[in-house]
Amino acid sequence: MPKFITPEEAVARIPHGATLMVGGFMGCGNAHTLVTALANSGKGEFTLICNDGAVLNGPDGSECYGVAKLIRNRQVKRLIASHVGLNPEVGQQMNEGSLQVDLIPQGSFAEMIRAGGAGLGGVLTPTGVGTPVEDSPLVYSAVELEGKRYLMMRPLRAEFALVSGYYIDRKGNIWYRGTTRNFNHVMALAADTVIAEADYIVECGQIAPENVVTPGILVDYVVQKRRRTL
Amino acid sequence: MNREETRAFIARRAARELHNGDVVNLGIGVPSLVSAYLPDDVRVTLHAEDGIVDEGPWPDPSNTEPGYIIDASGRPTSALPGGSYIDSSLSFALMRGGHIDCTVLGALQVDAEGNIANWIIPGKLVPGMGGAMDLVIGAKRVIVAMEHTVKGAPKIMKRCTLPLTAVGCVNLIITNMCVLEVTPEGLLMTEINPEYTVAEVQAATEAELIVSPNLKSMAS
Repeated sequence: MPKFITPEEAVARIPHGATLMVGGFMGCGNAHTLVTALANSGKGEFTLICNDGAVLNGPDGSECYGVAKLIRNRQVKRLIASHVGLNPEVGQQMNEGSLQVDLIPQGSFAEMIRAGGAGLGGVLTPTGVGTPVEDSPLVYSAVELEGKRYLMMRPLRAEFALVSGYYIDRKGNIWYRGTTRNFNHVMALAADTVIAEADYIVECGQIAPENVVTPGILVDYVVQKRRRTL
Repeated sequence: MNREETRAFIARRAARELHNGDVVNLGIGVPSLVSAYLPDDVRVTLHAEDGIVDEGPWPDPSNTEPGYIIDASGRPTSALPGGSYIDSSLSFALMRGGHIDCTVLGALQVDAEGNIANWIIPGKLVPGMGGAMDLVIGAKRVIVAMEHTVKGAPKIMKRCTLPLTAVGCVNLIITNMCVLEVTPEGLLMTEINPEYTVAEVQAATEAELIVSPNLKSMAS
């Protein structure tokens, strides 16, 4: 059973310098309340594994949406992502040399996380062959099998995953709304400690077993999302 | 043609490549206009890589809370009745696994061998590849829809000079000047915009073009 705690109690468990996964796509599906608490914590030097650097001027009226807060505060020293073009502050910090950015194709990124959570030693994919991805430190090697060339990608794991669900029940089972599911589901597999944020905490049975997307056995802590966390 | 007419001209021609029932992923820019030009009897299923199968053309009116349903460019959208929301691992499995019939996307450069570069200009623009590499590797048919040149400089090259998105994956190139099929022999011009001559198209193209004996007008 997960423990139900406050966002501040959750963030207190995350040490300076931790490796974090945060679900979301352009901020949609970021665990906004947890990210805000982390942004206010003063801790930093994080390695952040997140599809992108989110965006500035979020749909909730925030100046920095989701993980863009952590970038703005310079709390991230390394970002592993697939796309950073929509948060210009990532590019600025990258050019200054204060932020290391590793770019990986988005589908490889998802599978590397899944592999990390599923006990697999890596991912063989044709994606990225013949491109600068071949030189990424996150590629073990290029291999040729039965006449076809692949990249062998490393699995990704983190110490903490911050995921966001719409309904989460007392056993931690998660149902996602709309496109917020994105990377949250695979990231819940791939971290030592999983902290999930719920729009609504519900009783067991309110999410039918058939409709549970991420089983609660993966979730260690649940926090209640705060509305309009700017 | 002004810029807007040029973009519409390209999108309208690209729309003719889609077939009823196709599962399609449309890139940003000109490709995103393609669905507006589909004939009435052609219904395609749009895939958005952030996790939608059968994306709707406009935001669901019940979607009053922002931030829960977006398309791959971040705009509010919806899944149509009968569509689905999926996670990123499945979304990209659909691409790499050959479950997407066709993608129409833009490019910085394309070349005679079907190589495409559309994600980075070293020293200038480093947005990241996002989903583009998986998409062009996996979609059954890859159509590049773009303006023929950029600031007068060719984008259709002998060999791409920018870092590649993928090798040898492009099937068809549609521009404001012509339609080119990527063949083992090189780029075969099958259609031409009647506003231009073959010599003018060749002059705007770095790669050598093979002119089809059955060259047609793009306007027809």
